[in-house]
Amino acid sequence: MRGATHAKWAACAATVALAATGLAGCGGGSSSGDGSGIVKSSWGDPQNPLEPANTNEVQGGKVLDMLFRGLKRYDAKTGEAKNMIADKIDTSDSQNFTVTLKDGWTFSNGEKVTAKSFVDAWNYGALVDNKQNSATFFKDIEGYDKVHPETGTASAKTMSGLAVKDDKTFTVKLSGKFSTWPDTLGSSAFSPLPQSFYKDHAGWLNKPVGNGPYTVESYTKGSGMKLRKWDGYKGDDKAQNAGVDLTVFTDNNTAYTALMAGDLDLVDDVPAQQLKNVKNDLGDRYINQPALIIQTVVFPLYDAKWGKPGMEKVRQGLSMAINRDEITKTIFQDTRTPAKDWTSAALGDKGGYKDVCGDLCKYDPAKAKKLIEEGGGLPGGKVTLTSNVDTGSHREWMDAVCNSINNALGKGAVCTVNPIGTFADFKNQLSGFKLTGPFRSGWQADYPLIENFLDPLYYTGGSSNYAKFSNKDFDKLIDEANAESDNAKALTKFQDAEKILAAQVPAIPLWYQNGSAGYSDKVSNVSLNQFSVPVYDQIKVN
Amino acid sequence: MGRYVIRRLLQMIPVFIGSTFLIFFMVYALGDPVAALFGDKAPDPATAALIRKELYLDQPLWKQYLHYMGNIFQGDFGTAFNGQKVTELMSTAFPVTLRLTLVAIVIEMVVGITLGVISGLKRGRTIDTSVLLLTLVVVSIPTFVSGYLLQFLFGVKWGIVRPSVSSDAPFNELILPGVVLALVSLAYVTRLTRTSIAENARADYVRTAIAKGLPKRRVITRHLLRNSLIPVVTFIGTDIGALMGGAIVTERIFNIHGVGYQLYQGILRNNAPTVVGFVTILVIVFLLANLLVDLLYAVLDPRIRYA
Repeated sequence: MRGATHAKWAACAATVALAATGLAGCGGGSSSGDGSGIVKSSWGDPQNPLEPANTNEVQGGKVLDMLFRGLKRYDAKTGEAKNMIADKIDTSDSQNFTVTLKDGWTFSNGEKVTAKSFVDAWNYGALVDNKQNSATFFKDIEGYDKVHPETGTASAKTMSGLAVKDDKTFTVKLSGKFSTWPDTLGSSAFSPLPQSFYKDHAGWLNKPVGNGPYTVESYTKGSGMKLRKWDGYKGDDKAQNAGVDLTVFTDNNTAYTALMAGDLDLVDDVPAQQLKNVKNDLGDRYINQPALIIQTVVFPLYDAKWGKPGMEKVRQGLSMAINRDEITKTIFQDTRTPAKDWTSAALGDKGGYKDVCGDLCKYDPAKAKKLIEEGGGLPGGKVTLTSNVDTGSHREWMDAVCNSINNALGKGAVCTVNPIGTFADFKNQLSGFKLTGPFRSGWQADYPLIENFLDPLYYTGGSSNYAKFSNKDFDKLIDEANAESDNAKALTKFQDAEKILAAQVPAIPLWYQNGSAGYSDKVSNVSLNQFSVPVYDQIKVN
Repeated sequence: MGRYVIRRLLQMIPVFIGSTFLIFFMVYALGDPVAALFGDKAPDPATAALIRKELYLDQPLWKQYLHYMGNIFQGDFGTAFNGQKVTELMSTAFPVTLRLTLVAIVIEMVVGITLGVISGLKRGRTIDTSVLLLTLVVVSIPTFVSGYLLQFLFGVKWGIVRPSVSSDAPFNELILPGVVLALVSLAYVTRLTRTSIAENARADYVRTAIAKGLPKRRVITRHLLRNSLIPVVTFIGTDIGALMGGAIVTERIFNIHGVGYQLYQGILRNNAPTVVGFVTILVIVFLLANLLVDLLYAVLDPRIRYA
């Protein structure tokens, strides 16, 4: 080490000399040394304060996943919801549930994890006054409409459907039947919270305290967080490393460069520009697998010209005019997987993923042309695709989709792109139902359940039903599936509901987004879960 | 002198109000940021309404502006979406950018003026031509190209520096980013100094100084340089503000969590308090730097007097 330092200083002296001519500089060099067993990983600044029910994006979720363990936890490989703190969750009618906790769990500040830790946290998350982004996660619990009315102030502070029986048990009453509800509890929004969260909220936010395998050593908002292995952790998924240092990078190019220079062990977002080199640079230390994210093109069915009966043929035709294989290959370098249904390949066959889309998702210019003509042609003879273009290569793929449509139809430039500058602006037009042509929609599942890909997006009045799609048969199938306690039967019902989507095409499935990560040779056993988040606790430092 | 300073300070008030209003208006014209906070999901109407109310977004624009300015005069710059006070963001971001700017300015001055003096004194010779050629090359390379290139060469290929700056951003890690940031301005400083020196080298007072038998070094530093620096100082003065605001590209490349980074985040997330707050401070810095430049004139050339 000593010799290397000398060499480095010699090199430094040389660069200082160069610096005088304005060509070079000299920095601190690599920072290895005392950080043995620590994984250094890239991070993005979380959008909202780090509270379990207020975090709805990957970056904040990443940290919560290290800090918290809930009643259930999704298996990183299969996505199956397995009991964590829950000893058992019983029900006889798919509506009333009794939750029993395991013994011995504590928060890292020593406080016991009890039934109250959950009930209080859920009530806090649901209460409208607390402005929690993920409040809707609690919408199935009875009394949610009282603590979270659509307008006006809350008429109750707690949900009537939650009751603490004793330290180890509490009961939940849902407002309707929902057989797979326990499987949603692996989401971090349902995490328990210690009393210090309510007593010193600001202090807690500066240094969150949880019950997971890690504790926060230090947190500098906007620049990084140091997490350390918590020796008192009760679960069987103890951290395999001494800790994780997260550093905020705004530019994933810089993060990649830092990885190349040995300054970072893990990046979970390989920049598009580097995809050509990544196999060369990293070899098999590059991970690229489908995540629970689907990109679709949604039709504004609230607009008569797209929603009128008979137009489904035009919508089907457009779907067949898109060459998904080519676009995912050339533009995304295979970091997207062509879609075959309205869910995600990450669900797996057991989770309900099935090729429901069939021929509709295959490029077939002749059939596309025929279908569009049968449906009465494109409204006004043209189609305009809309998306924000500030992130995610949206401009590029929209151009490619339009090219594909134009080539397939052979009627000149009938497809054009309407780029919107910022996500915020796009989101406003989207949720204000102001768009009059097809638009992009991305959906990242909250939990690895097929229900989460269908219910919020296509159910009448669904929370993110941007198309305003409404179909009685579809709604009926979803209701039945939710009430069905036999898992296999429920899946079939969901897939039947998906067949209605294939006939009506409120949205064209484009592709599933892959998680892409790269890591250095200093670490091993790196994997991504279905949410494309690295499974940090299993990473080993060589 | 004192009255001049006061007059200049008073003139800053309308400039300050006008510029903040323009920035405020432009950021808010970008649209309502609340819907974007919910990611791909549709915003929950009740929660969104409460957030809007808290951020004062449910009021007409002029009311929002008055409310914002009222708060600013009480030292409250609002809150970023991640719950941090904007003043807190400033207190972490400005020192970092200030250090980076300082490094850039020092490099710019030392290297730029030295090169300028050398080529100005040897005008027409090989060294002059090669410096001019070099500055031409530097001016024509965009910052992001030189940034990524130097980062790759020094950070990855040769491993001399860390490619990304740590969150404390100590001086030694800022040298390479400082060089990148300074490069373009450095070329201008060189050219300005060269022209000015070349012009004044033939002036009467220089000839007198040489005739008096003063050593060459003293002639150059005390007489020639001092009189030639006025345009250079003007440039460097205005450059302070430009460098602080223009560090967006450099800070992004080297992952420096300074003003440029915060501004970028603010714009990306449509977060008006962050953007307006930071730009407001930048406007003040810019105005003060200009005042400083004007006052420096009198130091450099005592014939300039302020009333």
